[in-house]
Amino acid sequence: MNKLLDRSQSCLIASALAIALLGGCATTGAADPRDPIEPVNRAVFEFNDTVDRAVLKPVARGYKAVLPEPVRTGISNFFSNLRDPWIGLNQLLQGKVEEGVTDFMRFVVNTTFGLAGIFDVASEGGMEKHDEDFGQTLGVWGLDTGPYLVLPFLGPSSVRDGVGRAADSVAYLPWQGPRLMDAGDEIALRNSLTATDVVQTRAGLLDATNVLEEAALDRYAFVRDAYFQRRRNQVYDGRPPAEPYEDIDYEEAPPAAPAKPDAGKAPPAAPAPAQPSGTSQDAR
Amino acid sequence: MRFVFQFLLAIGLLPAVQAQTVAPDELVKSVTDEVIEIIKKDPDIQAGNPRKAAQLIQEKVLPHFNFTRMTALAMGPNWRKATPEQRQMLVEEFKTLLVRTYSTALTNYRNQTIEYKPLRMKPEDTEVTVNALVRQPGAESVTIDYRMAKAEDGWKVYDVVVGGVSLVTTYRETFNTEVRNAGIEGLIKSLSEKNRQLAGNA
Repeated sequence: MNKLLDRSQSCLIASALAIALLGGCATTGAADPRDPIEPVNRAVFEFNDTVDRAVLKPVARGYKAVLPEPVRTGISNFFSNLRDPWIGLNQLLQGKVEEGVTDFMRFVVNTTFGLAGIFDVASEGGMEKHDEDFGQTLGVWGLDTGPYLVLPFLGPSSVRDGVGRAADSVAYLPWQGPRLMDAGDEIALRNSLTATDVVQTRAGLLDATNVLEEAALDRYAFVRDAYFQRRRNQVYDGRPPAEPYEDIDYEEAPPAAPAKPDAGKAPPAAPAPAQPSGTSQDAR
Repeated sequence: MRFVFQFLLAIGLLPAVQAQTVAPDELVKSVTDEVIEIIKKDPDIQAGNPRKAAQLIQEKVLPHFNFTRMTALAMGPNWRKATPEQRQMLVEEFKTLLVRTYSTALTNYRNQTIEYKPLRMKPEDTEVTVNALVRQPGAESVTIDYRMAKAEDGWKVYDVVVGGVSLVTTYRETFNTEVRNAGIEGLIKSLSEKNRQLAGNA
């Protein structure tokens, strides 16, 4: 009993030390309140990035170089189709019956007429593809995202969406399907299907990550801020309630000059009281 | 003589008057269509020549953006602390970065189709959001919202929201951190370093 306690205590101390050490080299001033374990997250982000650069990205590039676009689209459609039943179930859990029924019909139509999902005939027939997961369902049920979490290998997430991903993985057909089918080489099939899915997904994101590399000053913060906005938008199915950002009167005179009267334009948020002119720009 | 002068004046004013009467959704649509047409005909851009794409953006897209407001929004309250020289540099560097990023994005353009939702707008409105939808085969469509404000020479974009992710809001956090750590000069330095590094890669 005592020994156990000692062990868990030393574990705690060791991890606290690790966090402090990581924090020491990764601290960037005041933290984002949504990201209380930023040093740990940054470390995992770096790790994922290293894995991506060393393995996943080169493989995805090769995949894209070798396979012609129609083949890649077929493979992408195949995996996309395997996600539709779970997407449909999440729609139902969110109370969206019509969308949910559409997703199940997409699965039936594409699996049969679309030759195991290789052709997305449902989209051509006007049944729109949706994007739902259990994290979004939890969001619709009123759960807040909770703190930001970068998952090893899986990337940006949050406490809520991490729970969501655990549920999603139970319903992940390329992994679960072979087991249920009771095929001969189920483990080999399961692994190769999942690996192909990972590579084809990464290949589809190559363009986006190239843009990200160029756009971001700090990729970690950029991805994090985009993640929270994106998830909020997804939970509200693209129609989130307006979240007015503080509008800055860009024509307002800089410090030490007399303020220009606002030309009939009332910004939604009133400007804060003027800073004392003595404030240095590097004031913390 | 006086009549001729008035006539010339009227012709001179014509483009300005026209620019003002182009509705914001019409403006977005015509500029986007024009740019897509050029990309489709230009194998250099499709092959990923960012320099050529950047030139296209400079000519066709930039005149319809209000970069000063964009930069001010991304800076947040820190904008008020910047001197006129600093403001000018921030706007220039941010513009360079966005043009470069946008150029790379354009070279990725494939066969997406773009739809526009009907714009609900009152004649007296000075701020609107134009909603577009990019459809691509085999994937969920992506929304693009252009937030626009009316200026003397027509409607200007001051934020672009892609799939719910606002360009301005996403930069705001990073800019804030930079300013907190190294001041406004520090932010200008990081931006120009980033731009130099990108220019070196081209």
